[in-house]
Amino acid sequence: MKPSRTAFWTINGLLGLLAAITLFPLAWMLSVSLMPDGAASTFPPPLWPTHPTLANYHALFVRADLGRYLLNSLIVSGGITLGSLCCNVLAGYGFAKLRFGGRDRTFGLLLAALVIPSQVAMMPLFLLARELHIVNSYAGVIMPSLASIFGIYLVRQYARAIPDEMLEAARIDGASELGIFLRVVLPLLKPIILTLTILTFLTAWNDFMWPLIVLTGNNHYTLPIALASLAREHNQDVEMLMAGSMVTVVPVLVLFLLLQRYYIQGLLLGSVKR
Amino acid sequence: MKRGGGALVGWMFVAPALIVIGVFFLLPVLAALGLSFTDFNIYALASLKNLRFVGIDNYIAVLRMGLFWKALGNTLYFVVVGVPLSIGAALGAALLVHSRLARWKSFFRVALFTPVVTNLIAVAVIWKYLFQERYGFVNYALSWFGIHPIDWLGNPHMSMPTIILFALWKNFGYSMIIVLAGLQAIPDELYEAARLDGASAWRQVRYITLPMLGPTLMTVGLLTMVGYFQLFAEPYVMTQGGPLQSTLSVLYLLYEQGFNWWNLGFASAIAFVLFVFTMIATWALMRFGRRKGWV
Repeated sequence: MKPSRTAFWTINGLLGLLAAITLFPLAWMLSVSLMPDGAASTFPPPLWPTHPTLANYHALFVRADLGRYLLNSLIVSGGITLGSLCCNVLAGYGFAKLRFGGRDRTFGLLLAALVIPSQVAMMPLFLLARELHIVNSYAGVIMPSLASIFGIYLVRQYARAIPDEMLEAARIDGASELGIFLRVVLPLLKPIILTLTILTFLTAWNDFMWPLIVLTGNNHYTLPIALASLAREHNQDVEMLMAGSMVTVVPVLVLFLLLQRYYIQGLLLGSVKR
Repeated sequence: MKRGGGALVGWMFVAPALIVIGVFFLLPVLAALGLSFTDFNIYALASLKNLRFVGIDNYIAVLRMGLFWKALGNTLYFVVVGVPLSIGAALGAALLVHSRLARWKSFFRVALFTPVVTNLIAVAVIWKYLFQERYGFVNYALSWFGIHPIDWLGNPHMSMPTIILFALWKNFGYSMIIVLAGLQAIPDELYEAARLDGASAWRQVRYITLPMLGPTLMTVGLLTMVGYFQLFAEPYVMTQGGPLQSTLSVLYLLYEQGFNWWNLGFASAIAFVLFVFTMIATWALMRFGRRKGWV
């Protein structure tokens, strides 16, 4: 059966239109970020910078200290990613392949706790952070995210496919459990580790509510917090805010485009049971 | 030789993660329950001597607070309108991308998914200016069709619809990816049989695709709904809860009570009440799904 031309053009036309609507705000952000101060607030609103300039980026990095916030975001997201990768991979493998009393009951308890939304914990978490003197510090943002139930679940699902015979053989050769983990298991877990890396980094980079609460002064602000505070103070400065949005969006967008296969795999694995 | 190493080794592998989750999540959750039965406020923050046990007073106060019901109404508005729209858009987009006639499938898939990985705050700022009344591009584009400028975020009747539109744009790609995977899992033979019987494209969607997709749609519906109950950053950036509290969400109210006014006991009670409402909605949706045989 030959599909009709109308159907072909309708479907591809709709897809084109949908993609245009989806990408337009991002293209507009890029365009306005290159306009000189005040150029976007004219009528009719310009779509294209007639005199493109990097002045907004310059102003942000020199006057608004954006470089510091970028660095803060990198430190916080990098720290969370590294730390939680260690905890989650160890635990995911442990729950999947090592035998110990109470293992399945403990894991079941963790899964049940997934239904509790994180903001329930936030008030006591702030008091705890105060006791630990980590309010308004990198540690305050990083420490609560150093392990995640979802991450453990993801690794466990993947690690279950490792054949027991392989681990047994290494044990008979006299390898220690840590040695087996480092030399046999880790190489096998590489794909899920990549998936977890990009998922964790993006989540940490985009996290908003907890950093907003625990970062009480602007010296440790991450990019989203700094941008939100800029948007509340400099309401009129569209061009500068778009440059700030660019700096906040582009790093993770590039990371996603590079590792999209792994990201989407993680997203699909996560939707199976949650 | 013991299989899988000794019990101690196993516990040592899971210990770091359990300690973090225990100390920074499970313990605070239990503490929040305790906190919700106290009058923990700014005075208690200064000295614990000012802390009193108040029983269920906070819960009674929450349920008696007009602003809480306003916030709950706004949140439900966001959920009830936003979730079906998001899932509908995801389903439509997935059907288009999955279609045999579609070209450049991988490009469209990535393009439509892009908003999901953008930073919520950054894109909320973009939308705020796109929907600005005087210089915003949206009103300019509408003027080509003779539509007068709309005060999208400044009019209390338009502010929530605008935020729903924004959430739709930001989130539909996430569900679309999951629905696409669901579509790919439907065996081709079903469609071939239907074509042999002379079923039109629309009837194939109606009688094969949608019933087969039921469980997938249920999953994305639940995930989206639970996420939408936690509306916070969008109004925080775009409207600051206004105008006339038309975009004040329950989580925004919790944030203001807890971290602007330091009523941590009261805020904890709000957190549990929101949790209960989320669970009730989840249960209702699951029940609906079970009756349809989707769960």
